[in-house]
Amino acid sequence: MRYAMAIDTRKCVGCSDCVVACQVENNVPIGYCRDWVVESTSGTYPVLQTEIRSERCNHCDNSPCVRCCPTGASHFEQGGIVTVTHHKCIGCGACIQSCPYDARYSHPDGYVDKCTFCLHRVVEGLKPACVSVCPTKCMYFGDLEDPNSDVSVAIRHRNYKTLAPEAGTKPQIFYLL
Amino acid sequence: MKEELFVSGRDIPNIDPFLNIWHWQIPMYLFLGGLAAGILFFASLFTIMGKEKEMPTTVKRATLLVPIALSLGLFFLFLDLKHKLWFWQLYTTIRLESPMSWGAWTLMVITPLSMVWSASYLKELWPAWDWKFKILDDFEKLVIKNRKGLAWAMIILAVILGIYTGILLSAFNARPLWNTSLLGPLFLVSGMSTGAATIMWMAKDKSERLLMSKIDLLLISIELFFIVHLFMGFLASNAVQIEAANLFLGGAFTVSFWGFVVVLGLIVPALLEILELRGYHIPVAIPAGLILFGGMMFRFIMVEAGQITRYLY
Ligand code: SF4
Ligand code: SF4
Repeated sequence: MRYAMAIDTRKCVGCSDCVVACQVENNVPIGYCRDWVVESTSGTYPVLQTEIRSERCNHCDNSPCVRCCPTGASHFEQGGIVTVTHHKCIGCGACIQSCPYDARYSHPDGYVDKCTFCLHRVVEGLKPACVSVCPTKCMYFGDLEDPNSDVSVAIRHRNYKTLAPEAGTKPQIFYLL
Repeated sequence: MKEELFVSGRDIPNIDPFLNIWHWQIPMYLFLGGLAAGILFFASLFTIMGKEKEMPTTVKRATLLVPIALSLGLFFLFLDLKHKLWFWQLYTTIRLESPMSWGAWTLMVITPLSMVWSASYLKELWPAWDWKFKILDDFEKLVIKNRKGLAWAMIILAVILGIYTGILLSAFNARPLWNTSLLGPLFLVSGMSTGAATIMWMAKDKSERLLMSKIDLLLISIELFFIVHLFMGFLASNAVQIEAANLFLGGAFTVSFWGFVVVLGLIVPALLEILELRGYHIPVAIPAGLILFGGMMFRFIMVEAGQITRYLY
């Protein structure tokens, strides 16, 4: 099993519903977030191109954050989901330094927190909160090893990219172009 | 031209606009670790060479600082932790892939060893010293008998500790400024140089001071060579590392790095030491103090600047 997500940058309108849904679902303290939306405009006027991406932890296959954690608090759960066991985390910040996507933050309670792909929902057969709330339905979640899962179908006939693949982290969020 | 803006307003004070999770505690921890590693390295080296008599400050007196520096360093590491009550989790596993883990373990071994080392010289330094309990007296005799063996263990651990202070940073692929294998050797040499400076400062005997000052000159030259090498490597590397190097070549850290670390912390003390070796009288506190100051600034700047550098995507 290998959970992954595909996000359609052409359908996303940058409404930030995924951000709010996550904050509510996961009780994220005010002023923090586990996912966020980036609007990136590139080119030279008047030929400009805008890409909108909902970003979060990439649940990397080769996760520097899991490797550098001195206590084993950062670890892989089923399907390659990377999570933090709060009562094992000492808050040393090593994993925050190690993430090329700055996907982690220091929770006011001391431990380090991040996107869990809504593991608690996934084990019940539900989709992550961000995916289920998206009004344009531009996010696809599922098992990459299942050829019929939403995510496998979504990336089958589309070009996609991952973020900073040169970091060698093997990110598992695919941005459809 | 590429323009990028956040629309959701990700508002994480420690991540935006740039990551800043490590403050003064980590550079102090790295500085004290390097200093302790340097002193221990020379103390063990001269013990192994059988030169305790010629180098009394190195072997006996300067090592008294080591347990203090290490304990203080561990305390600063503890201050850095955000989930302090769980700190003991560090010592429930050994994770070789994690520098933070094996560094913490190295400290856990080397700190008591350095305490034992210092304790075994207390009687020699203060003849009136009394251990009060017979078992402590017996233990002291045992340590004194096995000093050479202890020195071998300490010299290896000291090198590991010195390199670790650099690897702790260089293992982070996500921070381009740190992600170079040169950082381990560079921090080791810099730590040894601060150690040598401390011994030089404390030495009462002229010949010991002059020897340490010669060693220190060699270390400073190696350090300068590494620094040049570091920037050559960055400039010949990819976009993110070129950007990292530019922080020091015209960017925000140019003056503090080249002024405080390279000129005041390395070149000026080296010149003063050369003058001293030529027979001019230079108060030792000046070069030694400058080297310590430079070593500390170096770690502060590297930790601070490294957190600004990141991947671009
Ligand atoms: S995106 Fe960052 S936090 Fe998530 S798995 Fe990759 S390195 Fe770890
Ligand atoms: S902050 Fe917590 S999860 Fe992160 S590396 Fe340290 S102990 Fe592990």
